[in-house]
Amino acid sequence: MITIHKYVRAQSLEEAYALNQSRRNRIIGGMLWLKMSTLNIATAIDLSGLGLDTIEETDDAFSIGAMVTLRQLEQHQGLNRYMNGAAAEAVSSIVGVQFRNMATVGGSLWGRFGFSDVLTLFLAADSYVELYKGGVVPLAQFAAMKPDRDILVRLIVKKTSASFAYRSMRIQRTDFPVITCAVSRVNDCFCASVGARPHKAILLRDDEGILAGGITEESAAAFASSVAQRCPTGGNLRGSAAYRTHLIRVLVKRAILALGGNA
Amino acid sequence: MMEIRLKLNGKTITDHIDADLLLIDFVRRHGCLSVKRGCETANCGLCTVLMDGKPVLSCSLLAARADGHEIYTLEGLQQEAEAFVGFIADEGADQCGFCNPGYVMNTIALLRENPNPTDDEIRAYLAGNLCRCSGYEGQLRGIRRFLNSRAEGGSHAE
Ligand SMILES: Cc1cc2nc3c(=O)[nH]c(=O)nc-3n(C[C@H](O)[C@H](O)[C@H](O)COP(=O)(O)OP(=O)(O)OC[C@H]3O[C@@H](n4cnc5c(N)ncnc54)[C@H](O)[C@@H]3O)c2cc1C
Ligand code: FES
Ligand code: FES
Repeated sequence: MITIHKYVRAQSLEEAYALNQSRRNRIIGGMLWLKMSTLNIATAIDLSGLGLDTIEETDDAFSIGAMVTLRQLEQHQGLNRYMNGAAAEAVSSIVGVQFRNMATVGGSLWGRFGFSDVLTLFLAADSYVELYKGGVVPLAQFAAMKPDRDILVRLIVKKTSASFAYRSMRIQRTDFPVITCAVSRVNDCFCASVGARPHKAILLRDDEGILAGGITEESAAAFASSVAQRCPTGGNLRGSAAYRTHLIRVLVKRAILALGGNA
Repeated sequence: MMEIRLKLNGKTITDHIDADLLLIDFVRRHGCLSVKRGCETANCGLCTVLMDGKPVLSCSLLAARADGHEIYTLEGLQQEAEAFVGFIADEGADQCGFCNPGYVMNTIALLRENPNPTDDEIRAYLAGNLCRCSGYEGQLRGIRRFLNSRAEGGSHAE
């Protein structure tokens, strides 16, 4: 249970940042994860009045505010056109529509959760987070950083010549995933991002050029095997390490075939 | 204590609340007893209300965040619900009935957003509403029969 003594809808990022320097205060995004913990919060800092709830598309990039909901990611036509529907696919099994109307991109990335579909998805793209004090940082670098008292302002997804596909496996719809997997071809480089290992998503590139000659059943299977071999997995109540490694082999292959247009 | 002002089922309400009051407790305090606690961990959909027309989980939303917004519960949407709840009941989908208010609220949201959903779209939209008793097929059949009947110009009463 969380107890909150004071609620402030921040008027500026500076105000939110200043309040967030006290360890007794907390930024609230969708509050869905926070609410599951036992916490005594002096001041809850709400970012919902700062206009960070839109996805802006320019010729070069998508700028996704920290308070954008997972449902907005699912429904944004431009983003899904660019990502070949992978954004919608990645979030569509996260609990339900009501939940996705509340859970935010900021809270999802800030948490750097092992199970995160959102982190898995965006690691496979040319993505950056803008931190209020820390500036613009590549998403992979941010994922490896320890949470501090900064504020995630927005996610930036740079547009390149790219295509994407997303696959995940759940024991049951709406449950946490057993494995998540996003693949992409960005400027002719193939890579796979794998999460729910059950650890945080990591990015594995096709450094050996397995897919350089084109996507076929054989090359997709070979790349999937290479990813499965290189990707560390562990066991938890949703599945063993060996099961996850097996799933990686299956899902990466399927996703690569989808990328090549033979889903 | 802090002051909030919001519209609940069309009526403007001003109240003084604790900073951590959840929206579910706020609406129940104001007589909307259809809104119930199921899991309280954002998993079951029972506590669904509409905020600015969008379905959200009132068990996990601060009443403070609803300040300045418009909230609807089943109490304010009886007429909209009446169009289809009979079809769902006829399919035997309500057994203990506990999940029903959340189902009805989210079905209202679904039909507003997508008036002619396919079966898969219905399943996907209602995936966050858990039902302990029915196995979900009854709800799906009921909504499908409602949609078919509406397409033919009928209503449940006929
Ligand atoms: C029951 C349940 C099931 C879930 N299932 C899945 C799933 O299957 N797949 C999946 O990917 N995710 C899943 N999630 C995670 C969910 O999608 C969100 O990622 C999570 O709830 C965090 O988002 P939030 O907006 O609720 O953040 P909050 O709970 O509000 O915040 C989370 C943390 O981030 C901090 N924070 C929030 N916003 C910012 C910001 N802008 N700057 C700095 N710090 C910030 C908060 O202080 C807090 O520490 C699940 C969560 C729950 C509760
Ligand atoms: S009581 Fe709110 S989702 Fe279950
Ligand atoms: S009818 Fe009993 S929970 Fe749905």
